[in-house]
Amino acid sequence: MSETVSRISIACRVNGEPRRVQAFPMARLLDVLREEMHLTGTKEGCGEGECGACAVLMDGAIVNSCLVPAIQAEGTDIRTIEGIARGEQLNAVQEAFLECGGAQCGICTPGMVIASVALLERHPHPTDAEIREGLAGNLCRCTGYQKIFSAVVRACELPNEKGLGSP
Amino acid sequence: MRSYIPAYDLRVPGSLSEALGLLAREPGVWQPFAGGTDLMVLLEAGKLPHKKFLSVAKLDDLRGIEVTASDVTLGALTTYAEVQKHPVLQAEFPLLCAAARETGSVATQNRGTLGGNIVNASPAADSPPALLVYDAEIELISERSARWLPYHGFHSGYKKMQLASDELLRAIRLPRRAKPWRQYYRKVGTRKAQAISKVCFAGTALVENGVIRDLRIALGSVAPIVLRALETEDAMRGRIATPTVIAAAKETLAREIAPINDIRSTARYRLRVAQNLLEEFLSQLAK
Repeated sequence: MSETVSRISIACRVNGEPRRVQAFPMARLLDVLREEMHLTGTKEGCGEGECGACAVLMDGAIVNSCLVPAIQAEGTDIRTIEGIARGEQLNAVQEAFLECGGAQCGICTPGMVIASVALLERHPHPTDAEIREGLAGNLCRCTGYQKIFSAVVRACELPNEKGLGSP
Repeated sequence: MRSYIPAYDLRVPGSLSEALGLLAREPGVWQPFAGGTDLMVLLEAGKLPHKKFLSVAKLDDLRGIEVTASDVTLGALTTYAEVQKHPVLQAEFPLLCAAARETGSVATQNRGTLGGNIVNASPAADSPPALLVYDAEIELISERSARWLPYHGFHSGYKKMQLASDELLRAIRLPRRAKPWRQYYRKVGTRKAQAISKVCFAGTALVENGVIRDLRIALGSVAPIVLRALETEDAMRGRIATPTVIAAAKETLAREIAPINDIRSTARYRLRVAQNLLEEFLSQLAK
């Protein structure tokens, strides 16, 4: 067995709350969120940055949490799918996904919602091409994408105060 | 199978001098990385050999885009997202913006860096062809020295480069061109989004009255390194891009690239596509 290192203490904000966890420096942020913080809404799909199921917002930018070593989460502000709704009040993107049937088995859905929120924060009124580009990093094996695309279009029509901004 | 996570030691140096000091004292032991978008894929696949890594992602000395009258200097930590957003890069270096837009997904573009794309040294990387046709220079720093060198020539073989074990890539400098050079970039992959290149082609040319006064051509995924097509450039310099001249240039290009069969494509397909992209680039110069 090769030499091992100790867990380190990592402090960051998650969904607005200051958090501190012990983790190996190379642990994937994905595993830290799911196993240490029990935020299991973030899913593992491919584990190699292709599918977007593990997407979270890090300092406001979408990242794949399977590709972030825990040590790089130090001092960052992270938003996971659990932090997208405000209490019982869904984000416009979530409302639109429900309305348009933008989910089937559900594994890709947290990542799709995160990608849509990130897209609408960059482009509040995206073109069709911008929507496709914004969702290009998220794979879905069920829906055929059209209903997800429609949900993003619909989300732009819903009132903004449902939470498109920061929590 | 995934790698054994507790076996990996990572450090986050608080300053550039701390990072360079560590690299100087223990050369070859610490492997620097930034966004982790390639590193973590290898980790997941159980193919990450080194056990000690240095996260340089927070070093401000490696960050920022600086514009002067003569050039644009990009810190090695400049992300693909930052490249796309920069107005001077959009206006004068659109091929680099195109490469950034076509590298991975938005999530990857937020984390992946230009410096990482260079020192990761993949022959299929998409920003190096653009950097080559813009005559990019790079700055390497260590405790011993800081040196600028042309990016062309930096890669000497598959995953081999002119980077000492105590050196970090600090910045990339793009000279601003006074005259309006024509510019062309095209990446061909299995699909339009988020696919690794089968062939990537970048070209710039200075054309006056139909005559190609000067040009640069660079290709990715057709050789062990991202390549400047110097012979093809020589064949076209001073010429008018007529169909006969273009046909000859395509033959020259075939002699100086060395595409292979691999998981993503075949040598034959890559050769054909590389030639077709050359033809598309040159044909536009004749217009």
